Formats: sequence, C-alpha cells, structure tokens
Amino acid sequence: MNANAIKAMLTSAAVVALSCGAAVAEQEPAPGVLVINGDIEITTEVKAPDYIDGLDMAYSGWRFRASETQAFELDDFDNPGMIFVEEAQVVWDTVDGSEGKSCASCHDGPESMKGVRAVYPKWNEAAGKVTTIEDEINNCRTTRMGAEAWDYNSDTIRSMNGLITLQSRGMPVNVAVDGPAKETWEKGKELYYARTGQLELSCANCHEDHYGDLIRAEVLSQGQINGFPVYRLKDSVLTGVHNRFKGCVRDTRAETYSPGSDEFRALELYVSSRGNGLSVEGPSVRN
Amino acid sequence: MKRTTLILASMLISGTAWADTAYEAVAFVDGAVAESLTGTPGDAAEGRKVMESKALGNCVTCHQVTAMADVPFHGEIGPSLDGAADRWDEAQLRGIIANAKMTFEGSMMPSFYKTTGFIRPGDAFTGKAATEPLAPLLTGQQIEDVVAYLLTLKE
Ligand code: HEC
Ligand code: HEC
Ligand code: HEC
Repeated sequence: MNANAIKAMLTSAAVVALSCGAAVAEQEPAPGVLVINGDIEITTEVKAPDYIDGLDMAYSGWRFRASETQAFELDDFDNPGMIFVEEAQVVWDTVDGSEGKSCASCHDGPESMKGVRAVYPKWNEAAGKVTTIEDEINNCRTTRMGAEAWDYNSDTIRSMNGLITLQSRGMPVNVAVDGPAKETWEKGKELYYARTGQLELSCANCHEDHYGDLIRAEVLSQGQINGFPVYRLKDSVLTGVHNRFKGCVRDTRAETYSPGSDEFRALELYVSSRGNGLSVEGPSVRN
Repeated sequence: MKRTTLILASMLISGTAWADTAYEAVAFVDGAVAESLTGTPGDAAEGRKVMESKALGNCVTCHQVTAMADVPFHGEIGPSLDGAADRWDEAQLRGIIANAKMTFEGSMMPSFYKTTGFIRPGDAFTGKAATEPLAPLLTGQQIEDVVAYLLTLKE
C-alpha cells in the first residue's frame, strides 16, 4: 500500500471518528416548570408526534432561555407583551368599516376565541387553502366589516393575534396535518429541511440537530412556535411567526419569503405540528 | 487560455486579489486541496482575525478555540479546533475551509469558497435576492491566512 492510500484511509477514519461524536449533538434543556399567574400550567415538554422523525421530545423555547428571561412569563403583570394585548382589546371593541361593526358586534368578548389559536393554521374550506389567524382576522375585516385589511406584519394584527392567543393559553397545540391540509404540511416540511442561502443552512441544521447547543452566545432552541406572538426583549414589540421565520432565513444569507406568503403559511403549519401537544403559551417573552 | 479566463472570472466575482484561483478550478482530492489558492503564503495573525470576525469567517460562532479565549462566546456546534494541526495537514485544512462538504458529507459548516449552486441565494444578510456567482464568503488569501493560523493549533 502506498503512502497516499494509507493517508486516505487515515483521513476517512478521522472523518468517521468525528461524525461519531466529536461534534456536539442536540442537548436536552435543564428541567423547568412554567405556571403562569400561579394557575395556568404550561406544558413545556411533550413526546413529539410520531410523524416528526427528527425529534423524540418537543420543548418550548421557554426551556432554553436564561432564568431572568423565563421569569417574565411567570406573572402577566411582568409580561411586557400584555400591554399590546390591552391595546388590542380596545381595537376589538372599536367600530370600523362600512358595515359599522366591531369584532365584538359578532364575536362578543374575546373569550369567544378560546381554542382558536390551538388549531391554527387550519384548512379553510371556503378559501380552499390553509389559513392563519392573521388571514381570518383580515377576512372578517374585508368581507364582514367592510374595512381594509391590516398589513400582515403590522403591529395591530400582531397585537390582535396576541389577544386571541391569550384565550387559549394552556391548551395543547393541535393542528391537523392530514386531510386537506396534508399537501400544505408536506410543502412546509420540504421548506424546513431545505438548506438555503450562501450558508446552506436549513431550519433542521440549527433547531433539530443542535438545540441546546451554543451558537456563539445564544442557546439554540427547537424553534417552536407555541409561544407566538413573542415579546422580544431586544425589539420591545410583539413578533409574529412569519417575521421570526424571515429573520432566520435571512441569517442563512438567503432571499427570504415575505410574511403572509404561501411558503411561510406552509412552514407555519409544519412547525406548529412539530410542537403539537405543547401548550399555547403566547404572548411569551424571549430575548 | 482556459485558466486565464477562470482567473479573470474570479477577479470579477470577488473583486479582490486578482491571483485567486476560481472555485471551479480548485482541485479537491479526498476533500484536500494541495495547491495554494493564491500563491502567497498565509499570514496566521490575519487568519485569526478572519476567524473571530462575525463579518468574515465567524468560526467561533460554531467552534471553541482555547488559543482564542480572549474572544468572547465560542459556540459548540462543531468540534473544538484545539489540536487541529495534529489531526489535519495543510492541504486537508485548505480543503475543509474551501468546502467542508468535500470532507464531511452534508456538513453544517459553510463552504467558504463556493460561489454557485445555492438555494435562494441572497445578497449577504439583506434578505434580498442575489445573482450567482456570488463573491465567496472568504477570499483565497483569507483562506490561506486561516489555514496558516490553524496550523499553529497543536496540542
Ligand atoms: C359581521 C360579523 C363579524 C365581524 C364584525 C367579525 N367577525 Fe370574525 N368571524 C365571523 C364569522 C361568521 C366567522 C366564521 C364562523 C366561525 O368559524 O366562527 C368568523 C371567524 C373569525 C375567526 C376564526 C375563528 C375560528 O374559529 O376559526 C377569527 C380569528 C375572527 N373571526 C376574528 C375576528 C376579529 C379579530 C374581528 C374584528 C377585527 C372579527 N372577527 C370581526 C363574523 C365576524
Ligand atoms: C444558523 C442557525 C439557525 C437557522 C438555520 C434557523 N434558525 Fe431559527 N433561531 C436561531 C437562533 C439563534 C434563534 C434564537 C434562539 C432560539 O430560540 O433558538 C432562533 C429562533 C427561532 C424561533 C423562535 C423560537 C421561540 O421560542 O421564540 C423560531 C420560531 C425559529 N427560530 C424558526 C426557524 C425556522 C422555521 C428556520 C428555518 C426557516 C430557522 N429558524 C432557521 C438560529 C437559526
Ligand atoms: C455553522 C457552523 C460552522 C461554522 C461557521 C464553521 N464550522 Fe468548522 N465545522 C463545523 C462542524 C459541524 C464541523 C464537524 C464536521 C462535520 O461533521 O460536519 C466542522 C469541522 C471543522 C474542522 C475539522 C474539525 C477538526 O478536527 O478540527 C475544522 C478545521 C473547521 N471546522 C474549521 C473551521 C473554520 C476555520 C471556520 C471559519 C472559517 C469554521 N470551521 C466555521 C461547523 C462550522
């Protein structure tokens, strides 16, 4: 055997050794129990659904945050996201559009929205596609109130989503992945594993293969969305799901999709399903 | 003639060191690249700067390096680079930096010299579309500098 062949053999041995453990793989977060306001128990870990091959357990992003950040969620008086929910309550009761109606005219109090956040995105028969809560809000505004649609990524719609989400706090996320939603779910899955941009990174590279690991100064979570809308301490506003997706795609040096695009709808359905069984937690707090 | 064209192309792409070998002309053998990308020896001190800079190599985002302990926050996505020079020779390190996927199949490590073949390539971190070929993440000389620094990491 010549020297080159031996060297090649040694190289491949080294490669095998590395892929068998030198690089850190995903790590479980430290134990932690989240009870909001002393009475709403939040499930922050649950056995992942069978159709999610890459995860044994699903963990809320809350579990990966530092204890100072976690503490903001223990009491709604300390949760800065609640200010936006209060603003949305005013909007809920305000008449807008040619029909002279407010959300309350048809839906009474926001409590009527209990359970809604847990099952969205969801197949909408009339629309013939999977829709998000933002889509539903805008549908009511344009077709039922005679008002203009809100920008998909506006503060107003994120806050309204926060108010609607709050009504389902503590309920298990339970989006349907089969039936008419199946095709959209498959598309979302494809997007989740696509290695985009000049950095050629997929959502899975970071949030499936390396959750619990440090990426520079930040501990990677599973990128779950049960906590949305999220109040981010560094932005001081509520962030929507698509907005967060956009930031993560941009960070792969890729051309992003837009908030409200069909691609992000599909991705939202798929990512939600990865956390089926976790509690609706929003509005949550992250750094 | 062909080689001249390639060199010219790479000049246009990276707009930097005119002597950079175009990515397409880089010869990977079992992941390793024997020939220098520029013909100019690497500068280890410059290489260290490339490795710590978020705008350039950003290597510490994923790797811990004891010799770079003065740089805050090292990631743990990839293995520690301590002793990298004991595990790999110069040609192998050059290959790993130029395109790690030639050594580690499907690696999460970015391909620092690759310029085409991306899914939805973007214009740096703007989120806007970009047309291939892209300027590589690191120039040939920056890669030579990084290799020179990695060769100092012995245990
Ligand atoms: C004219 C009556 C009317 C008004 C005004 C109205 N909605 Fe609706 N909304 C409906 C009807 C009808 C439905 C569909 C029936 C259903 O699924 O409950 C609906 C559905 C929804 C849904 C989806 C609920 C689900 O269970 O899937 C959301 C979310 C929603 N509306 C939010 C709002 C918001 C926010 C406003 C105010 C900006 C508003 N709606 C104003 C009548 C109205
Ligand atoms: C280079 C690594 C990387 C990639 C690739 C990446 N993300 Fe992220 N993502 C992060 C970091 C870092 C954070 C902030 C810390 C955390 O929660 O993981 C984050 C946060 C998130 C969050 C917020 C989680 C929470 O609990 O608030 C979501 C959701 C998310 N990412 C989804 C995605 C999706 C979907 C993709 C693919 C389109 C993706 N990410 C790709 C690094 C990445
Ligand atoms: C996105 C994360 C990431 C970045 C950024 C990154 N690497 Fe890596 N690197 C990895 C991973 C993961 C491996 C392990 C190989 C594998 O199995 O994919 C690796 C492997 C290596 C190895 C071989 C491991 C050994 O034995 O020492 C070297 C050398 C290396 N990287 C150097 C660098 C340098 C230099 C940079 C910056 C120019 C860099 N890496 C940037 C993720 C990264």
